[in-house]
Amino acid sequence: MEMDALYREVILDHHRHPHGGEPLPDPETEAAGKNPSCGDEVTLQLRWDGDRIADVAVLTEGCAISRASGSILADLVRSRTREQARRLAEAFRRVMHEPDGELPDDLEPGDLEVLTGVRQFPARVKCALLPWITLLEALLAAEQDRAPAAVSTEETTDGEADRG
Amino acid sequence: MNETRRSLSAPAGCEPCAAQHGECDRCGAPLRDRFPALRRTIGGRPLVYLDSAATTQRPAAVIAAEARFHREHNANVHRGMHTLAAEATDLYEGCRKRVARFLGVRRPEQVVITSGTTAALNLAARGLAPSLRPGDEILLTVMEHHANLVPWQMVAREHGLVLRHLPLTGDGELDLARLPDLLTGRTRVVALTHVSNVLGTVNPVAEIAAAAHRVGALVVVDAAQSVGHFPLTFGELGADLLAFSAHKCYGPFGLGFLVGSEEALTRLEPAWGGGEMIETVTLESATWTEIPWRFEAGTPNVAAAAAFPAALDLLDEVTLEQVRTHEVAVTGYALEKLAALGLTLYGPCDPERRGGLVAFHDPAVHPHDMAQLLDARGVAVRAGHHCAQPLHRLLGVPATTRASFAVHTTHDEIDALVDAIGYARGVFGG
Repeated sequence: MEMDALYREVILDHHRHPHGGEPLPDPETEAAGKNPSCGDEVTLQLRWDGDRIADVAVLTEGCAISRASGSILADLVRSRTREQARRLAEAFRRVMHEPDGELPDDLEPGDLEVLTGVRQFPARVKCALLPWITLLEALLAAEQDRAPAAVSTEETTDGEADRG
Repeated sequence: MNETRRSLSAPAGCEPCAAQHGECDRCGAPLRDRFPALRRTIGGRPLVYLDSAATTQRPAAVIAAEARFHREHNANVHRGMHTLAAEATDLYEGCRKRVARFLGVRRPEQVVITSGTTAALNLAARGLAPSLRPGDEILLTVMEHHANLVPWQMVAREHGLVLRHLPLTGDGELDLARLPDLLTGRTRVVALTHVSNVLGTVNPVAEIAAAAHRVGALVVVDAAQSVGHFPLTFGELGADLLAFSAHKCYGPFGLGFLVGSEEALTRLEPAWGGGEMIETVTLESATWTEIPWRFEAGTPNVAAAAAFPAALDLLDEVTLEQVRTHEVAVTGYALEKLAALGLTLYGPCDPERRGGLVAFHDPAVHPHDMAQLLDARGVAVRAGHHCAQPLHRLLGVPATTRASFAVHTTHDEIDALVDAIGYARGVFGG
């Protein structure tokens, strides 16, 4: 897909009107991620209903791709279980790095499927992944009942360098 | 420090040179033929390469010289007794002599060959630190590239040194009024860039060096953005040590230089130990060989060194005066056109006070998106903090978009940049 088509089709709508763009009044889990190569920052907030995500906010200071990715994230993980959200985030991370990766159809990835088009522009893969790797740390921290660590696109939550 | 961020409503005028439409008979169009990469197309459009501050394109003569080395002379330097080794050594030492001549340095031994500006600046910091005492001060500026900040931070931590930073005026120039406060009897080293890789500011290095020498401080200059773009000699800058990279002035990657006065180089401790840099080695200790070879441990990039003189030959053929005249003209034209778009521009308004680059910001289009969409139109620029995070913090933006120019940049290419910015804004609905 051409870059401008990608922008027009999915990125700009989310960029202009990000879903989950308002901070939650009483977040239970809050994780911060940044992309040191450009200074983009994301704050991800979650509220829980048992192990199900009751509400989510993704507050992004960054480019249109990272903002759109955060907005799509908010749409997709709201009312999903921790396990479903983790599965989606890990699948997305894999897809962005491996040509044969696939998103789980049962989780109705929708716009996220379109966003995978960003992988043909390697310099922007980190922008798309920023909210998702922040989500992975938030999910892990919630599971382990600890405060999330600071997340960087230079180092993913499993300690493996993510060079896009 | 928000005053450093402002729009240029009244663009500084510049007489566009004869290159107005890519037909400069002095320094523009004719030279374009020498750069094979400029013939590329990107998505069906001609490449508009405006990222020369990151790396300049290579002339065919440089590419050919590097290939010729690999085909005909490939051997390690020094000590080899065979013909190829002797040829490789001649080419390597020939590069040292050529750089000395290019910068008006008296003796080739004043030229240390490194892998780039960053290695040269690390050598300067690491080499000077052992002669400094805790509490000694190093004066830097807030506009430095990370390559001229982090090495000093590292040695400051190890040796208990104090870092000071010269601030900026509202015009994005160094605030020389602060120099008397910051440059004192405790200052041992002043390390600064000649030309800012973000603001474009040309710093008055000679003036600052004279002041530094009056208090007995040594002056280290990061000339990565000026060598090959300005007529300059080592002597007129007044620096004690000067670092630059071959790949930012039309040479190959993996090659740089630390040029120094004999006094300054004598003060330097080697930063790396190994082969080539020793005189005698026992199991317990070693003595250093002569300057500059004591700073060149390990196998250098001989192929790059063999090729770099071809780049300097080209610059001498055009003359650096012509190069500078052309880059000032193109920069002035770019400032005028970009200001007319209502973009926020950074650095001095007057192209005579700038190097060949312009960083800009459009609040509606993030620099990453801008650079991506410009690329979709064949225009190559750089977006990000350009390895100058502290400076961007002062400018109040995490990132900027930077267009940077070279001897082959045409006014048509500036027009293509302006068109592409219009396209990017269009995509964003602006």
